[in-house]
Order: sequence, then C-alpha cells, then structure tokens
Amino acid sequence: MTLEQITFIILALIGLTSALMLIIQKNPVYSVLLLILHFFALAGFYLLLNAQFIAVLQILVYAGAIMVLFVFVIMLLNLSNEEALKDPFNLRKIIASIFGVVLILQFGVFFFIKAKDDLNVTISPNSIEAGSIKKISEVLFSTYLIPFEVTSFILLVGIIAAIVLAKRKFE
Amino acid sequence: MIPDYLAEFFGNKFIGYLIAAALPLFLWILPYALYAVYAERKVSAFMQDRIGPNRVGPKGLFQTIADILKLIQKEDIVPASADKPLFVMAPYVIFAGTFAAFAALPFSSIYIGSNINLGVFYIMAVSSFSVVGILMAGWAGNNKYSLYGAMRSVAQIVSYEVPALLAIVSAVMVIGSLNLNEISEMQTAYFWNWWIFGGPVVGIKKFLLIIPMTIAFIIFFIASLAEVNRTPFDIPEAESELVAGFHTEYTGMKFAMFFLAEYGNMFVVSAISVSIFFGGWQSPFGYLGNSLGISWLIPVEQVFWFLFKGSLLVLVQMWLRWTLPRLRVDQLMTVCWKYLTPYAFINLVLIGIITLF
Repeated sequence: MTLEQITFIILALIGLTSALMLIIQKNPVYSVLLLILHFFALAGFYLLLNAQFIAVLQILVYAGAIMVLFVFVIMLLNLSNEEALKDPFNLRKIIASIFGVVLILQFGVFFFIKAKDDLNVTISPNSIEAGSIKKISEVLFSTYLIPFEVTSFILLVGIIAAIVLAKRKFE
Repeated sequence: MIPDYLAEFFGNKFIGYLIAAALPLFLWILPYALYAVYAERKVSAFMQDRIGPNRVGPKGLFQTIADILKLIQKEDIVPASADKPLFVMAPYVIFAGTFAAFAALPFSSIYIGSNINLGVFYIMAVSSFSVVGILMAGWAGNNKYSLYGAMRSVAQIVSYEVPALLAIVSAVMVIGSLNLNEISEMQTAYFWNWWIFGGPVVGIKKFLLIIPMTIAFIIFFIASLAEVNRTPFDIPEAESELVAGFHTEYTGMKFAMFFLAEYGNMFVVSAISVSIFFGGWQSPFGYLGNSLGISWLIPVEQVFWFLFKGSLLVLVQMWLRWTLPRLRVDQLMTVCWKYLTPYAFINLVLIGIITLF
C-alpha cells in the first residue's frame, strides 16, 4: 500500500466514525465537536485530491462558522431538557426510515452497478496546478464571473436583511 | 534543505520529514516559551519599578525552569462536575493549533517545515482552530467564569480575524505570493527592500507603497494582539473580573500547556508580521558569511535574524501589555468593526489602485 492509500483509509475511518457518532450522540456539544472533526477529515480528502486551497478554506471558514454554531448550541438549547425535544409522533419516523432505505438503495445501485468502473480514477499530475489559488482565481474571474457576482449579490441581500432585523429592535 | 538531508540520513522519507517537523518544538518553542515567561516577568518588573525574579540562579535566570518543575509535580485535578474527556483534551487541542502553525514558518532558506504555496493562509486557518480548544476548555470546566471567558474569546477572535485577513490580503496583493519562503526570498539584500518600506519595487511606486504597507502592518499587529488574547485585548482572561478566564479550573501540567500555547501563538503572529513586512530570515545589511566567504554561516545567520526579529516583536507585545489598560467588551467590538475593518478596506482599495500602475 502506498502512503496515499493508508492516509485515505485513516481519513475515511475518522470521517465515517465522526459522522456516525455525530448523529447517535445525545449531547449537542459533543455533536458540534464531532462535526469539526468530520470537516477536518474532509479537508484531508481535499488535500489528497490536490485541492490545497479548498482544504485550507474548509478549515478557515468552518472553524469560524462552527464556533458561532457552538455558542448558539450552548446558549439557546436547554441541555438538560434533551428528552423533551424528542419527537413522540411515530408516523414521521416511519416515513423517514422509508426514505432512508431508499437512499441507501440508491447509493448501492450507484456504487456497485452503475459507477463500478469509474471508481478506479487516477489523479493526473496536472491537478497540483489546478488546485492552486492562481488557477482558481483565474477561472473564477473569467469563466464563472457572472455566478461569482451573483453570489456576492446574494450575500449583500443577507447582510441587508440582518441589518433590518437588528434595527427593528431599537426603533 | 534540512528535511531532505534528514530523509537521506535515515534512508526513509517519512521518518526524516517527521523528525524535521519536530525540530522547532524541541529546538525553539520549549526554550523560547520558558524564557519568554521570564522576560515577561522582567519586563513587567522594569515597568513597575520592581526587581522581578532574582532568586533562582544568576539574575533569576532559572526561575521559569524551577516553575515548570513545580508544575509537573503538582496534582492534576479534574473537577468532579467537569466534562472529563473534553476537559482533558482541550489544552492539547489548543497547543496542536499553535504547533501546526509552525509547520509553514520559514526559519531560514534551508529550513521550512512544509514549503506550501498557501503558507500565510494555512497559518491563519490552523491558528483560528485554537478557538475550538478555548471553548472546549471553557465549557468543560463547568464554571461560569470559564464559560464567560470562552464566550468572550470566541466573539473576539472571530471578529478580529476579519481585519487581520484584510490587512494580509492587501499586502499579498502587492507581493503576489502566499508562500512565506518566497516572500522572504524577495526581500533580499538590504532593509529598504522589506515590504514595509515598499519592497523590492523600483520607481515612485515604492514610495507610494510605504504608507499603505505601514498601515497594513499596524492593522495586522493590532488584530493579531486580539487573536492571541494579549492585553489590551485580554478580556477572555481578565483576572480582575473572571478569576482566570477559560483556564480557571486547570492545574499542573495542563495549566502549563495553556501558557506554552499562548507564548507559542505570540511568536507565530510575530513571525507572520516578520515574514511579510520585515524581510523574514533576510539580514537587514548583508551576511557575514558572504564577506568572510564561509557559505555554511549564511543559513545560521538567517535563523538568527528570523528568531531575533520575531522575539523583538514579542517584546513589543509584552511592552504593550504592561503599558495599556484592558478594553471593555463594547470598546473591543467598536475598535474592530468601526475602526480597523473600514480602515483595512480603504487600505485594500488604496493598495489595489497603486498596484495597477
């Protein structure tokens, strides 16, 4: 096995376990920390795919954003009242589990029947260049200029909405 | 390059690189942290007209070594109502974030842990990760003062990251590289080639760049003070309000880990300023090795200059700590959002216009 494969297996184990534990966990604070661990495993995958910029961005953005989420979990959720949050309605659970089974079947069909031959992909050596900040910004400001500008417009709308909501309180 | 040499020496790339990665920890962080604590106490004593530690060894030089030996022997207490796994993990998470940042610092032209293209960006990302550790420590302690300290810390670090990153981006726009080793290499020869003096640019552009680059450095330095929780931004610890902030409940070696991480972080942010604005490992006036014709002396000099400039900025941080009073929480947010961030944006546009010429 190459070092790359070993790294992949370790990262996959960390990523899957943390994702699973995140759902099973009863304590919301633990869930948040496991989510961060999961994002770190994802950043590792990006690094294996030679996308260094996205890997670093993953850590930079999510470590900050998740911290805010963490604070809200502590502040807003009443941690001792965990049981009361549980859904007593059983029909919802049945529907959810049906959808879950369908999703798992879809993944099974996709991985073992349809995309069986596509899984042996090798990373081309040129991809180191493609993941660099220079190439990404070149593509972002030429080919994808309009989607990029639209995204910034959406963010602007979000900022204005936040200001309006905050201002209403003082008037 | 030292990592390649070590890889050849041990006959295995993996082992060689692993040992090369551990070098800064044993050769720099630990001795530096010990003597930074000593220097901090001496600086504070000087500022307050006291003598400071003077009992253990000549001039009290072994005081911090005695302190650390004492801390190792202390009982390691975990509070009964604490969240045990998080409580035990938190100091190491904080230190991991600090230590990971050292991987991309260029100590000299022949030693850099990992010569990645995203150097600055990577360091900002991993050092913002230490907030997670601070919150874990504050929450797991199950103490209201710890939690207050941790909350303040999050608000502070998340907001001060904005001006810090903007200042770096405005500098990087002129430099054209995020690799700290490359940035250091550019500022060669004499100190007027440092980026704070306009960098190795010729013509009138160099003189136009001096003021915006200085502003960028000042904004980054202030914001980085907040990111490492140093006075005047030390409200997460605020001894007079919150006992000891997020590490109130810690004892013994775990408490020492927080100190190690804090002093390590101080050096990391200083090292970023040094690499971007003050020439990195470049000597301000030529190398002794060049004039004497001894080629192996040059990298040694480079290590000296890097550590010297970094330590000098750490000393400035200590000097500020014992000079300025602590800011209030609302003043803290005002400084960040009403002053630093708008100025950083104006500076960004200004530098953008200058680079167009």
